[in-house]
Amino acid sequence: MEFFLEVLIGGLLAGVMYSLVALGFVLIYKASGVFNFAQGAMVFFAALTFVGAQEKLGLSLWAALAFSLLLMILLGVLTEKIVLRPLVNQPPISLFMVTIGLTFFVEGLAQLMWGTKVYPLELGIPDEPVATTIESLGLSATNLPTVLQEINSFDLIAAIVAGVLVAGLAIFFQITKIGRALRAVADDHQAALSIGIPLKSIWAIVWSVAGFVALVAGLMWGARNGVQFALTFVALKALPVLILGGFDSVMGAIVGGLIIGALEKLAEVYIGPFFGGGIEIWFAYVAALLFLLIRPEGLFGDKQIDRV
Amino acid sequence: MKSTKVALSLIVFVLFIGCSESPNTDSVVQDTDASDTQFFGVAGYRVGPYGPNGAPVATGYLDYLQMLNERDGGINGVKLTWEECETEYNTSKGLECYERLKTRNPMGPTAIHPMSTGITYGLIDKVPVDQIPLITLGYGRTDASDGRVFPWVFPLLSNYWSLTSAIVRFIGKQEGGLDNLKGKKIVLLYHDSAYGKEPHQLLKAEAKNFSFDLSMIPVPHPGNEQQSQWLRIKKEKPDWVIVWGWGVSTATSIKTAKKVGFPREKMVGNWWSGAEVDTLAAGKGASEGYYAATLNLAGDHYPVIEDIKEHVYDKGNGGDESYIGTVLWNRGVAMAMLTTEAVRNAQAKYGNKPMSGRQVRWGIENLDLSQARLDSLGFGKMVPPIKVSCEDHEGSGLAGFQQWDGGKWVSVSDWIQGDSDLVRRQVEESAAKYAKEKNITPKCLGE
Repeated sequence: MEFFLEVLIGGLLAGVMYSLVALGFVLIYKASGVFNFAQGAMVFFAALTFVGAQEKLGLSLWAALAFSLLLMILLGVLTEKIVLRPLVNQPPISLFMVTIGLTFFVEGLAQLMWGTKVYPLELGIPDEPVATTIESLGLSATNLPTVLQEINSFDLIAAIVAGVLVAGLAIFFQITKIGRALRAVADDHQAALSIGIPLKSIWAIVWSVAGFVALVAGLMWGARNGVQFALTFVALKALPVLILGGFDSVMGAIVGGLIIGALEKLAEVYIGPFFGGGIEIWFAYVAALLFLLIRPEGLFGDKQIDRV
Repeated sequence: MKSTKVALSLIVFVLFIGCSESPNTDSVVQDTDASDTQFFGVAGYRVGPYGPNGAPVATGYLDYLQMLNERDGGINGVKLTWEECETEYNTSKGLECYERLKTRNPMGPTAIHPMSTGITYGLIDKVPVDQIPLITLGYGRTDASDGRVFPWVFPLLSNYWSLTSAIVRFIGKQEGGLDNLKGKKIVLLYHDSAYGKEPHQLLKAEAKNFSFDLSMIPVPHPGNEQQSQWLRIKKEKPDWVIVWGWGVSTATSIKTAKKVGFPREKMVGNWWSGAEVDTLAAGKGASEGYYAATLNLAGDHYPVIEDIKEHVYDKGNGGDESYIGTVLWNRGVAMAMLTTEAVRNAQAKYGNKPMSGRQVRWGIENLDLSQARLDSLGFGKMVPPIKVSCEDHEGSGLAGFQQWDGGKWVSVSDWIQGDSDLVRRQVEESAAKYAKEKNITPKCLGE
C-alpha cells in the first residue's frame, strides 16, 4: 500500500509539472481560439534566455529573470504584430498552422542567440525528500507518515507554484476587465471588435502572459533536467492534459495534469511490465482519447452548442 | 508608431549580433573543389535535441584536421579540406548530407562518419556502390565488425556488444570478482529505441553465464520524465543499474536516481551516457560517484591537445574553446586521428597523393596503432591501441571506465576487454544471417 501511495503521489506531483506547460496552451486558446503549437518552443526559449543571460551577459539571477521576462513580452508583442495581426478573422486552422512555423523559428532563434549547450539550472530549491528539508531547518519530521516524508521538496514547491499561477490566472480571467475581454475575443473576433474590444492589445497581452507562464514552466523543468533543447518536448506531456482538462479551462489544466500524471505513473508501474514497459507516454494519450469519447469538450471545457 | 517599430527591430538586431554564437566558418567549408587535396565530409549535428552532444564531437574532429594542416601541412604534403553538413541527428537529413558530400570533391570524401545509428543503417547499402568507407566508432550496426560481410563498414575501437560485456566485467570487478555476480540483481535502464535494444541479446547471455538476475526497463523517448521507472527500480532494489541513455535521458536518470535515493556509485552508463553534458545537466551534487564506460579518456593533458591549442586556438581558429578536453571533444579528435592515420597508411602503399575511398578503405582495414605509435602521435592513453583486419573491423574491443568526481571525469580502470569469444560468436552469427538475407558471399575485399 505504501508503494502504491508513493507512485500515486509521485504521479500527482509529476502531473503538476505537466500542468505548468498546459497553462500556456490554455491561455492562448482562450484568447484566440487557436492551439499554440509553439508553446513548447517558448518554454525552451524562456529557460535558455534565463541561463544564457547569466552565462553570457553576466547578469545576476534577478536581472536575468527580469531580462527574460522582458524578452518574452517582446516576443509576445512581435508575434501579435507580425504573425497574428494579418490573420484576424481567418479560419482557426490558419492560425494553428502559423504557430507551427513559429515553433521552428523560436527554436532556431533561441539556439542562435544562446548556443546549443546544456546548462544546469540551480534555483536554490532543495531536490531532496521533504523529511531531509524539514530536518535541515532544525525541525523534526518523524511525526509525518513515511510516504509523506519521502515526497520530494522540489516537486512540492513546483505544485505550490502551479497552484499560485492557477489562482492568479483564474482571478485574472474571471474578475478583471481584460480577462472578460479575453473571453469575448476567444468567443468571436468580429463580435468582440464590433463592441470596441481592442483585439490587437488583447492578443499582445495574452501572448505576453503566456510568455510569462512559459518562463515559469521553463525554469521549473530546466531546474529538473537542465536547460536544453529537449525542453521543447515537454509540450508532448501537456497535450493529453489539455485533451482531458479542456483546452479553454485553467482549472482543467491543473486537474487534467493531476489525473494524467497519476494515471500514467500507475499504468507504467502496474501494467507496464506486462507490455515490456515504456507505456506511459502512449497510455496518457489513450486515457485522454477515451475520455474524449465520453466528454469531447474535456473535463472543464466549454460545451459548444451551434444553431443549425 | 514608426519609431516603436524601428526600436523593436534594433533591439532584435542587437540581440542577434551581441549574443549569437560565431561559428568558425573557415572550419566548416574549405576549398572543397581542390582535386589535389584530401577531402573530408563531416555529417555532424550541432543543433536540435542532440546538438549539445554532437557539437563537441564535430568540433574536435575539425580541430584535429586543422591542426594537421597548420602543423604538418596536411598528411605527407597533401593538404586536408573538409565540409560539414548539419544532420540534426535526423536520418533523412543525414542521407541528404551524404548525397551532397559525396559529390563535393573529384575524389569523393575520405570516409563518412554518420555519427548516428539510424543514418548508418541508411548508408550500409549505399557505401559499397559509391566506394566510400563508413566509420561508425562506438555506434551503429554491431555485426558490421565482421569485415568479410561488411567490407565498407568500420565500427572502430569497440562495438556495443564488446561494451556490454566490458560493463559486466567492470561490475564484477567492483563486486570482488565475476563469481560474486551470482544472485546479484542488475537493471538495464535503456532508451526505448533500436539503440537502446542493442545490448539485450548479449546481456541476456551474460546473465545466464554469471547467474545474475536481469531486469530491463525501457525509458520512452526523449526520457525527460523517469519517475515511474525509478520507483520500479527502488522497489526491485537492484545491486547495479546500467544506464543506456542518450541526450536528456541520461541526465534525467542521474537526477531521478538521486531523487529516489539510489546510490550513483551503483550506476554505470554506457559511453554515450558518460559525458560532461550529462553529469552537469543533472545539477550540482547529483552525479558524484556515477560511473560510465568510455571509448576515450577525458582531459587536456595530452601532447596532441597542446598541439591543437598552439596551432589552432592560439591563432584564433578552432571551435568553442570550452569543449577542449571534454569526453566528446576528445572523441571527435580521436575519430579524426583514426581517419587520418588510415589515409597515411594508404599513402604508404599507394603513394603520397590524395587517396580515393577504395584506397582509404584498405588503409583502415590495415590500421595498426600500437601504444608506441599512439604515444608518438601525442595521444598516449587517450584511446586504446587498435589493430584492424579484414575479419575484425572493430580492432580493439576495449572499454575504459571513468567516474564523475563532481567536477570532472576520472579514469578508474585500465582498458577492459569483455568476453571476446562470446562477442565474436554472436557477431559472426548475426553477420552470417545478414549475408544470407542479402545474398552476400563473405570474403575479404583486399586492395
